[in-house]
Amino acid sequence: MKKIPQKEIHKYLRHNKKFPHVWCPGCSNGIILATIVRAVSELGYEKDNMAMVSGIGCSSRMPVYVDFNTLHSVHGRAIAYATGIKMQRPDMKVVVVTGDGDGTAIGGNHFIHAARRNIDLTVIVINNSIYGMTGGQYSPTTPFGDLSTTTPYGNIDPVFDICELAMGAGATFVARTTAYHALEAQDFIKQAFEHKGFSVVEVVSACPVIYGRLNKKGDAPAMMEDMKKRAFPIQAFDKLSPEDKKDKYKRGIFRKEEKPEYTAQYAKLKQSLIKQEGVADDSE
Amino acid sequence: MSKKKTSKMVLMQGNEAIARGALAAGLNFFAGYPITPSTEIAEILSVELPKNNGSFIQMEDEIASISAIIGASLAGAKTMTATSGPGFSLMQEGIGFAKMTETPCVVVNVMRGGPSTGLPTKPSQADIMQSRWGSHGDNPAIVLYPNSVLESYELAIRAINLAEKYRTCVVLLSDEVLGHMREAITLPDLSKVKIVQRIKPNVPPEWYKHYPDKQKYRTPVASYGEGYRFHVTGLAHDSYGYPTNKSSEVGVMMERLKKKITHHVDDLIQLESFMMEDAKIALFSAGIISRAAKEAVVLARRHGIKVGLLRPLTIWPFPEEAIRKYFANIKTIIVPELNQGQLILQLKRSLQDISDHRHRNIIPMQKNNGLLINPEEIFKKIKEVR
Repeated sequence: MKKIPQKEIHKYLRHNKKFPHVWCPGCSNGIILATIVRAVSELGYEKDNMAMVSGIGCSSRMPVYVDFNTLHSVHGRAIAYATGIKMQRPDMKVVVVTGDGDGTAIGGNHFIHAARRNIDLTVIVINNSIYGMTGGQYSPTTPFGDLSTTTPYGNIDPVFDICELAMGAGATFVARTTAYHALEAQDFIKQAFEHKGFSVVEVVSACPVIYGRLNKKGDAPAMMEDMKKRAFPIQAFDKLSPEDKKDKYKRGIFRKEEKPEYTAQYAKLKQSLIKQEGVADDSE
Repeated sequence: MSKKKTSKMVLMQGNEAIARGALAAGLNFFAGYPITPSTEIAEILSVELPKNNGSFIQMEDEIASISAIIGASLAGAKTMTATSGPGFSLMQEGIGFAKMTETPCVVVNVMRGGPSTGLPTKPSQADIMQSRWGSHGDNPAIVLYPNSVLESYELAIRAINLAEKYRTCVVLLSDEVLGHMREAITLPDLSKVKIVQRIKPNVPPEWYKHYPDKQKYRTPVASYGEGYRFHVTGLAHDSYGYPTNKSSEVGVMMERLKKKITHHVDDLIQLESFMMEDAKIALFSAGIISRAAKEAVVLARRHGIKVGLLRPLTIWPFPEEAIRKYFANIKTIIVPELNQGQLILQLKRSLQDISDHRHRNIIPMQKNNGLLINPEEIFKKIKEVR
């Protein structure tokens, strides 16, 4: 992957009225924003042709900073809004930025059904294991036993594995990395953009101010260090003993396969109808 | 749809008329979820849209449906979804988002008995208030309600036009009987029907503001992918669309959202008055029940009772001024409706500050057991109160 200088990123950011951003000190969202922009820059996509859609939450505040066609929609529904955009403009590159709560709790239904359709959206799930914007309530990815403002005695909910969920629902590109592995993230996001179909990149992120403080995970560098230690490439992870696996997780590309894409299928269907009925193609 | 076909008489169902009217107005995107008694609208559009270079998608629920149409509208489509009571409840947050972000779209609500699952196959008029107040926060509404198959067609065109013109979510009400009823109608000549298109901006992208600065309502508007790269958020926003907490900016935005409706009531309101000129007793009724009311007027007139009917086709904004004018000298008003008192509540509010209002007799006539109110029942009521 190409190293994109910081200067290049500025070409893709909005310069009127948006900064400083809303995120806390040490938050990984800024790193992930930069990796997305670097991937776009690497691929040379036109800003006019990019749409970034989000729901509600910390990560969902990202669209306002990028100089794309941007939509900060309602909680949990980003993928459904993005589906509408993509259906109307299949030529546009539509990226959804969501969090663990927005994407897999309130938005879980849209997530699985968009995966099932294999519609060409790239969904970047920034997983910080907590509802940060509302002050630290537990999410579907808060680890068992962890503290949050609504699990004061420790969390008893089992967690969602976002990548397994995406694969189970039929997503055709599924990858996980962390904010520490920023270059890998840039590479995975780039590959997800290039993939024709529903692509999911889960990026494990650090929320030192809320999740980290509640669970004594240390400051931002300590949490980055933790990602470095615990996130293992797939093959290395598989070689670990069951005992060692316990507090580790896999990163890498879990699935990359070609399947018919939804908007392409619909375009085909339209084409066949136009031929059959001799209806004139009066495209706008 | 071929324009030549439209001048002859056709047998059409109410729901089909809504679908065909929307197509005539240039609908090119529909997302929906099956629900009785609105499903025919989705079924027909799933056939017609792909043939007319549009798109149809059945989403995973009603929330996804309203979300998808807002997304498609931002990308330039004329959009609609159709649902009924429970689905309409689920769509309320999205309706508020469309109004807040001034994104044109139409939501059809074919009313059935409620609350909850209620009476899926029976008519109701119990969403009159939900169509106005269903979404949280102040959100001025445009709501239309036809009473025939032809009017379903015409108001579907009008709903799409008004959504585009005023950049908002327009609700088109129908009900189970109106939606499933078939009538022989002559479709209007489409070459004479005005279809509203969005005005496109011609300024350089860096000058573009997605929302007007002043109390304007109709300014050029760009779609995604046209080079303007604007931001849309449900947060309170400034004229560029960027989030703001400044009370001065928020106040301006909220005032404008209100005034774009209240300053254009003349354009928005449609009413039918029937034999009101010399009426001593008035009926006030909308939608399917107004047909029975009209017949009751004829029955009463045959018996020498001077009765008239006032029927709003635009339910919201509520036609207050017209009501005050028509009912100025009327002492007895009967309000037949299929709910526990929604139209009558707003009617009373509209008349309450007229000086002799307390001498006016406003009589409810309500049913919510799944049956219609028939003309004889209304006529009986007229005889009771005369």
